[in-house]
Amino acid sequence: MTAAPEPRAAARPGLRRRLAGDQNRTLWFWAFVGPFFLGLLVFVYVPMGWSIWLSFYEARNTVTPTVFVGLDNYRDMLTDPAFLSSLGTFVVFAAFIVPLTLAVSLGLALMLNRVGVLRTFFRSVYFLPTACSYVVGALIWKLSIFNGVRFGLANTLMRAVGIEPVAWLSVTQPPWYWLVIVSLRLWLQVGFFMILFLAGLQRIPPVLYEAAAVDGAKPGWQTFRYITFPQLRATSVAILVLLLINAFQAFDEFYNLLANAGASGGGGYPPYARPPLVYLYYIALGNQQDFGHGSAGAVILAALIAVVTVLQAKFLGFGRRGDQ
Amino acid sequence: MPRHPGAGPRGRAERVGAALRLITLSAGAVLFLVPFYLLVRNGLSTNRDITAPGWTFFPTTLHFENISTLFADPAVPMLRSMVNSLVISTVQTLGTLVVSALAGYGLARIPYRYANVVFGLILATLLIPAAVTFVPTFVLVSTLGWVSDLQGLIIPGLFQALATFLFRQWFLNFPQDLEDAGRVDGLGYFGVFRRIVVPNSAAFIAAIGTITFIGSWNAFLWPLVIAQDSDSWTVQVAVSTFLTAQTVNLSQLFVAALFSILPMLLVFLGLQRFIVQGVQSTGSTG
Repeated sequence: MTAAPEPRAAARPGLRRRLAGDQNRTLWFWAFVGPFFLGLLVFVYVPMGWSIWLSFYEARNTVTPTVFVGLDNYRDMLTDPAFLSSLGTFVVFAAFIVPLTLAVSLGLALMLNRVGVLRTFFRSVYFLPTACSYVVGALIWKLSIFNGVRFGLANTLMRAVGIEPVAWLSVTQPPWYWLVIVSLRLWLQVGFFMILFLAGLQRIPPVLYEAAAVDGAKPGWQTFRYITFPQLRATSVAILVLLLINAFQAFDEFYNLLANAGASGGGGYPPYARPPLVYLYYIALGNQQDFGHGSAGAVILAALIAVVTVLQAKFLGFGRRGDQ
Repeated sequence: MPRHPGAGPRGRAERVGAALRLITLSAGAVLFLVPFYLLVRNGLSTNRDITAPGWTFFPTTLHFENISTLFADPAVPMLRSMVNSLVISTVQTLGTLVVSALAGYGLARIPYRYANVVFGLILATLLIPAAVTFVPTFVLVSTLGWVSDLQGLIIPGLFQALATFLFRQWFLNFPQDLEDAGRVDGLGYFGVFRRIVVPNSAAFIAAIGTITFIGSWNAFLWPLVIAQDSDSWTVQVAVSTFLTAQTVNLSQLFVAALFSILPMLLVFLGLQRFIVQGVQSTGSTG
């Protein structure tokens, strides 16, 4: 290793200087990076390892299990209809929220980018919900806008035009609860992604638009199709990855919109519309305290997310190179 | 974009387009503000007003006493929750800034043979979203005896790979000349970092700080798992508990929710410049 202190003939440096001097880069590197890296080891890598270990054991109500069950927990989870349906819930959720957020935030950014005086005002308004928590958002959606009784805002407006009130969150046929869940997340996250698109738009060199105008491209669709959209490609790919990961981690709004009395014990949450994290939460930390199956589920999810992310980056990355 | 729409049909289309944009944006803005309005309206109404069949958009009487009732109610540990949230968010933000800025600087500027390996191990944790590790982390934290304990709420959240990654990118682009000047003056790694790099990165540090603070204040899953007795509740857990409770006192719930987002709205409106900058730096490196 390189750690050997360099001997100096003149002016013998003190021990402190020799240990902490600039020449000892290894030591300095760890002085800077060490605290963070140690925390990461203890609070991310150790739990991950522990989780993988626990996933091979029968571990109910205990984290020091004794009964080794091999891959049984994995087999149980992969054949558990509730776990599989939680993955299905994620797919449906992502299929709505990802393209919607992408389209709305891009549309807002394009419009904002061409507004002069009121730009800062509009930007603030659309960005403001980012400061709001999913818990509070869920509260407003559940108890004020989409309340199933007459005094809810949506039902009030509908009655004004002669439509019967709808029990938004408590019926599965028709599945109105999806409208509630998707619109809430849209409100909460669109502003964030709009800011990202705005930053992307501002990085496009104006020369490109001038050149396009000289070449006779009409402002509007043509400019968007041939200049703006290709230039936003890197931003869009990054946003797509972020949106998918965010959707996979959905917990707060599902939990708060759909859980009823006594939810902390595992009851009161309807069997439909449980995204993966909610299901894992109830398995591992609900009444069952089943860390073995919970860990197996967490490992499966982590692997799925990693695979999807890598595939997506690869796939979209290849596409990008192919274009140029 | 053409700044001065000329005469003729083109200029007219331009003006119509601008008007349509303004109308769409304004309609959207109203929609986006309605939820905030509902929060205030319901928080300052009585239960009977909220559930009244005739929906009034502007209630004639506002019940500000709801606020004092909320904070005086011994069954609802609202003040305690807010203090907990404030302590957790502040410590977590300061801790994240110190730990991540140091690590980011070390990764960006101190040559070390295995720096790439270390960086790779840090990046790998970005692929595994923290929310998926909540079960094993809970197991670890409960083994340490930190359940329902502020340190159990604070410490696992201190080590954020994303913050470290962003700091590394930032320091990579830091003007090397400034650092060299410090070295000539006899400063070591830490001296340069503390006296030259940090003061010149104040805006970026503020950006990461405000984003961390808002994220920490709004966090829900981890506090829900760890804060099991009401003394350690955060505001999000408190509001959620009332929300999913058997009997809901609507106006109290809304006024509690209002107070749970008020600090964030103030932070947001005051530091918006930094937040936008922070979000942009998150996106441009993604």
